[in-house]
Amino acid sequence: MHIPDGFIDARTAAVTASLSVAGVGLALRQAKRKLPPRRVPLLGLSAAFVFAAQMLNFPVVGGTSGHLMGSALVVALLGPASAVVVMTTVLIVQCFLFADGGVTALGANVFNMALLGSAGACLPYALLTRWLPGVRGRITAVAFAGWFSVVLASVGCAGQLAWSGTVSWSAAFTTMVSIHMLIGVGEGLISALVLLAIERTRPELVTGQTVGEPADWKQWGAWALFVAMGLALFVAPFACPWPDGLESVAGKLGFEHYAVGNALPAPLSDYEMPGIHWAVGATAVAGVVGTVVVLVLSWVLGRILVPAAGAVAAGGNGEVNDV
Amino acid sequence: MSDWLGHHHDRGKSVIYRMPAGLKLGIGLVIIVGCVVAPPHWPPWWFAGSAVVLGGAVLASRLPVWFLVKRLLLLSPFVFGIVLVNGFQPASRLDWRMLVVRSFLCLLTVILVSNTTPFSQILRVLQTMRVPSMLITTLALMFRYLFVLVDESERMRRARASRSFTGRRRAYWQTQATVISQLFVRASARAERIYDAMRARGWE
Repeated sequence: MHIPDGFIDARTAAVTASLSVAGVGLALRQAKRKLPPRRVPLLGLSAAFVFAAQMLNFPVVGGTSGHLMGSALVVALLGPASAVVVMTTVLIVQCFLFADGGVTALGANVFNMALLGSAGACLPYALLTRWLPGVRGRITAVAFAGWFSVVLASVGCAGQLAWSGTVSWSAAFTTMVSIHMLIGVGEGLISALVLLAIERTRPELVTGQTVGEPADWKQWGAWALFVAMGLALFVAPFACPWPDGLESVAGKLGFEHYAVGNALPAPLSDYEMPGIHWAVGATAVAGVVGTVVVLVLSWVLGRILVPAAGAVAAGGNGEVNDV
Repeated sequence: MSDWLGHHHDRGKSVIYRMPAGLKLGIGLVIIVGCVVAPPHWPPWWFAGSAVVLGGAVLASRLPVWFLVKRLLLLSPFVFGIVLVNGFQPASRLDWRMLVVRSFLCLLTVILVSNTTPFSQILRVLQTMRVPSMLITTLALMFRYLFVLVDESERMRRARASRSFTGRRRAYWQTQATVISQLFVRASARAERIYDAMRARGWE
């Protein structure tokens, strides 16, 4: 989901960069205030951990493989503000050291994966852990938050690509979001398995009081508001009338033919593909249905992975021994 | 795995390597921003100029060309994906050839700068730009332990593979998840030790 240079225009780059600077600044201030000095090195180590974990592949259907994004997992382990700092660090290093994600698109990538990804995961995580206490609740919550964060990040990415005019909103939204609704299932499953394994070996690392900041509803609410505002900014221009606003106006005024000024004929145009506007609505509906389905699946996963309350407290050792 | 992590630092030999980091980052930024901002109907002199500058830099940096090509191809799937999606669009949106030229120029710039500039120098530039110290500390620690943790995960994977048969898909997921969890446990233990060492040397 790393957007390279040249895919978002100057306006989108400027807006996302200033949003990201504001968000990361807020996260740094919160982390500085809440995090005991003892935990500061953990941020750097967690960033290195996320980077290394992103390199481990998981087999998915038919020879393809996916990997962890990690923001929900880091939210569960460290809390939202630290998670934003950690994910931002990972993205900066990926951008400047490995050219993964563009320099001008860094703001957009930080906005999608660090801010939408982490802050977007923290609200469902906080709500679900409050609703379902204990280990089972945390597993359920991280599974759902993992899916949710990936989908949210992909919505942000689609919105920015469409804002820049690189890809039309209908195509960007349907392809990005529907693919990431599937990828997100993997993300949720990995996050749940990893969190469970940490719970079994070192439960004190997960309980929240020891590692990250304690849950603070005002702070988490502020993050949710930030995310909602950012998302509304990118998505609202397209979301209101389902067919692309500009296109429908162009269609009404009858000058849509002037717009076709490209040297290369496109294999399929919007009008040859009548399903595309319908597909945006269908993707949105699928998103709502998917949310419910994934929520139920996460709950089932929690019940399968954590058989009975207390069984985990006695838990076995991790499967990987010291080398 | 560390094949693509590896950087070609031909220490001190090339002119580009010895240039001040701030200057390199500045020139790189100008090229990238120029490529992104340039409207498509512009005469292509900007792109041609950047390409000439980059070509000269490639020669001066003495980086193996094959290494650059490999790195470029490795990073291109997103570009190809978007071009493909764009192909299914009404032609009004954007010229995909322009998109490819732009993103390749930008990619080449970043690859060149990152392979001729030590990360510590980049951090120093960020420091003079008044980036918050917490972020700098986090970046420095991440860079220091990045390769340590990647190696550690590779060692754990190999140890696991040498002890057991390759399981079914479900077992594989379990194993990978356990490796990741152990990675975090070790990272946090290491963070504790680093904190003690930093305190012992008078940090904060």
